Amino acid sequence: MVTAATVTPSPVSDLRTFVEKQSGQRIFDCYQCGKCSAGCPVDYAMDLGPRQIMRAIQLGLKKEVMQSTTIWLCVSCETCSSRCPAKIDIARVMESLRILAVAEGSPPADKHIDLFHRTFLDVIRQYGRAHEFSLSAAYILKTRAFSNMGLATKMLSKGKLEIMPSRVKGASEVKKIFSNTKSSAGMNVSGAVKAEGKH
Amino acid sequence: MSTSTYAYYPGCTLHATAKEYDVSARLVCEKLGVGLEELDDWTCCGASSAHTTNEMLAVALPVRDLRTAEKMGKPLAVACALCFNRLKVTEHELADKVKLDAVNQLAGSDFKNSTQVVHLLEILYDRRKSIAVSKPLKGLKVASYYGCMLVRPHEITHFDDPENPQMMDKLMTALGAQPLEWDFKTACCGASLPLTRRDIVLKLSHRLLAQAKQLGADCVAVACPMCQFNLDTYQEAINKKFGESINLPILYFTQIAGLAMGLSPKELDLDKHFTDPIPMLRNKGLA
Repeated sequence: MVTAATVTPSPVSDLRTFVEKQSGQRIFDCYQCGKCSAGCPVDYAMDLGPRQIMRAIQLGLKKEVMQSTTIWLCVSCETCSSRCPAKIDIARVMESLRILAVAEGSPPADKHIDLFHRTFLDVIRQYGRAHEFSLSAAYILKTRAFSNMGLATKMLSKGKLEIMPSRVKGASEVKKIFSNTKSSAGMNVSGAVKAEGKH
Repeated sequence: MSTSTYAYYPGCTLHATAKEYDVSARLVCEKLGVGLEELDDWTCCGASSAHTTNEMLAVALPVRDLRTAEKMGKPLAVACALCFNRLKVTEHELADKVKLDAVNQLAGSDFKNSTQVVHLLEILYDRRKSIAVSKPLKGLKVASYYGCMLVRPHEITHFDDPENPQMMDKLMTALGAQPLEWDFKTACCGASLPLTRRDIVLKLSHRLLAQAKQLGADCVAVACPMCQFNLDTYQEAINKKFGESINLPILYFTQIAGLAMGLSPKELDLDKHFTDPIPMLRNKGLA
């Protein structure tokens, strides 16, 4: 919860400006009805619910927003967006906040989810296609989440995991797409955000 | 829809964790006289991860595949609901000519954004009345589970009704099965969180499996490899964690259609599932 004691508005409305540009959504259209939080399947696990995130952006509470678990736990199911009476695509707002977090290199409130996405993209960059075996192996090694290995064994026994990644001719093109889009992370962004992302 | 040949984008999971979806989709389409020409040298759409990091990457990756289909001059049939969603979002985003030009420049391509993207469920739904049902699925109670990615955002996917979709239900009726009315048709299963926050996947998947069971479902029909994975692979863990005894096969709608069209469980890769559907199908006289 954001309490009065923790409220530290940022001097300028950098955060809202960034989010509005990046997501194309009008943050002040939100009148705090709470339908987003009511329908969010992951709200129970978040420190700030979607409604609170919207309010915090309105108030310019950048630290609270960027350090919330919310932006990582959002699964982009779009339930909030499809039910918002003000027609705000809230999932898109969450997406823009993750993009900002990555571009600024701020420490994520949920390291594992951030690491999962990075590992996933590393695999695509390398092979051109997702490869579940490489992804799981890399993720498990990095996080030492060895409890996932039993599942991998089960999948292998069902023939549902390929040990070797497929060879795709387009892999080199995909590598090029990755390097060409690298500097566009956080595009539309003014001085508040680094022009070049970490990825 | 009169087209009989589509460009086909299986997506990465259909070559691994969702092989049975690929196998059953191809068999069913062949029987229906729908041609699926796999995109040459297709690559990943970026899935859940690209759009969380870099919006240009998130549209530039799908463009590579959309452009291949555009060159083939055929509508693009997509199997995976998540790929379908990312391709539709890309199509929508690139209606902005400035962005289209920027992406073409980044990806070194000449995409015109003229590819028509359809999901396999739409293809089967449109042809449901002409499906040759040789083995009506009499007495099979099916909970049709659409998940998130097909139906939302509705303004972009334009898929059925976002709160109470009917396509899969009507397809099930056409196959002789009995679709169930239930609350969780478009509720989230936990999506891409299994490796990172398995507790959330177990909780979300549990609530929908529990209701399907309570309403007497014999199986859950799905159109998304991520949903299938979460609901099937973690059923044992869900039973353990919540003291349940759920034993619900999670079948792709293409596998269910294949059964009604007389294909055998073996042909449809029904042995790939962790919750074995064979005992239930035998009970119903369907295997």
